Amino acid sequence: MTDTAMAATALGKRFGRRGGWALRDCTFRLPAGRVCAVVGPNGAGKSTLLALAAGLLAPTEGRVTVLGTDPASARARVGYVAQDKPLYPQLSVAETLRVGADLNPGRWDAETAERIVSAGDLDPRKKIRSLSGGQRTRVALALALGKRPELLLLDEPMADLDPLARHELMGTLMARAAQYGTTIVMSSHVVAELEDSCDHLLLVGGGRVRLAGEIDDLLAAHTRVSTATGSTGPTSEDGSPDSAPGGLPELAPHTVVESRVTGRQLTALVRPAGPLPDDWRTSTPSLEELVLAYLRNPQAAPLTPAEPEEAAV
Amino acid sequence: MVEYRIDRHSGVATYVQIVQQTKQALRLGVLQAGDKLPTAREVVEATAINPNTVLKAYRELERDGLVEARRGVGTFVRRGLNTTPADSPLRTELDAWAVRAREAALDRDDVAALFTAVLDEHFAAPDPNGRTDLHSRTDRADAPVRPSRTDLHDMHDRHDRHDPNPGDPS
Repeated sequence: MTDTAMAATALGKRFGRRGGWALRDCTFRLPAGRVCAVVGPNGAGKSTLLALAAGLLAPTEGRVTVLGTDPASARARVGYVAQDKPLYPQLSVAETLRVGADLNPGRWDAETAERIVSAGDLDPRKKIRSLSGGQRTRVALALALGKRPELLLLDEPMADLDPLARHELMGTLMARAAQYGTTIVMSSHVVAELEDSCDHLLLVGGGRVRLAGEIDDLLAAHTRVSTATGSTGPTSEDGSPDSAPGGLPELAPHTVVESRVTGRQLTALVRPAGPLPDDWRTSTPSLEELVLAYLRNPQAAPLTPAEPEEAAV
Repeated sequence: MVEYRIDRHSGVATYVQIVQQTKQALRLGVLQAGDKLPTAREVVEATAINPNTVLKAYRELERDGLVEARRGVGTFVRRGLNTTPADSPLRTELDAWAVRAREAALDRDDVAALFTAVLDEHFAAPDPNGRTDLHSRTDRADAPVRPSRTDLHDMHDRHDRHDPNPGDPS
């Protein structure tokens, strides 16, 4: 048994020989039992990362392990729900669940699957093709959870759901994590949607991992500061915002994610390298502030674990 | 049984909301010594928050001596909080004071400000969001350690597994 649910080392994926890299130099480790948000803008590489972990894509370089082994060997213990919720359109809801039972002998939890479907007032005789997007999501999640997975990979699971169904199904997922210690990895480009449910973050942008770690640790590593600028600010005389991090001498020893000068006011999000001056006003950023600051500033230095830890093997 | 209501936009950390709501329930007598808190699973199923958040709140309540986790059974209230019954002398005095404040033409906000100022003089201020001050780096070692899933199983979930109706969401 391993305490690592998922680990990547220099993982990269390129589509086509001359295509661009969808994902590159991706190194991180996700401990078992976490609920991990994979966040990033459209086209960042989130779906590619999840498909690599699910074993549906082969890496171009590097490697990814799930549940201590390669993705193909772990498949029976992994639930994966792709973004387009692929199901057989000609089957009914009840037939779809029967397929789930047949394909997962010895693992299938019929009661859970049926409960998730019935909570949505779905007629089991209805064909998949006649369902709405949100109803299909519900059936896909029922299939994935019915499998009793140790690791759940969910690509934009909440996108098609109405707020009520979103809350209910997120509650179902959290209950699963609480009761069985199931590791859940879910992607979204809406950070606020995941903020309360996740305790681990992977921020992907431009095909790279920008932030990886426990959300509490990541927030604690960053500080929002505001202070009056000296006369040294390079662009402060015309009052235009200065978006060039590192250009301000006040911030020199610290890693600057984002900084802005408005009039005489300097505000910045930094990773402090030491004590900050007493007269600076400081606060802890929210998760959304942190993520947006990194997305607005693609050149900001990433914060990811230095090494993938040998336990990944 | 207490039911938690999480306000995402309050600016108060989620686990602090659980701590505060539990204390409020203890003050109001909704929860009394011997009562069982909902399991982490029950709370997260209803609120869709992360299980570790619930465990963090319960650990804080345990540190305050208000609840105790019994392995494999659940988390139970050890003692209530000092409650002031409606007819206590303290309340009567405060009531008379409020009448005088009103006669002195103070409005609700004035009274609240005055009361808070006096409170601040006599009682240590509560940390508004309960977070450790992250800027005094030396304190970091004292910051609460994040829960592990081992705690989770030990504290709240073993009994879930032995629940006669584990699949019943109600």
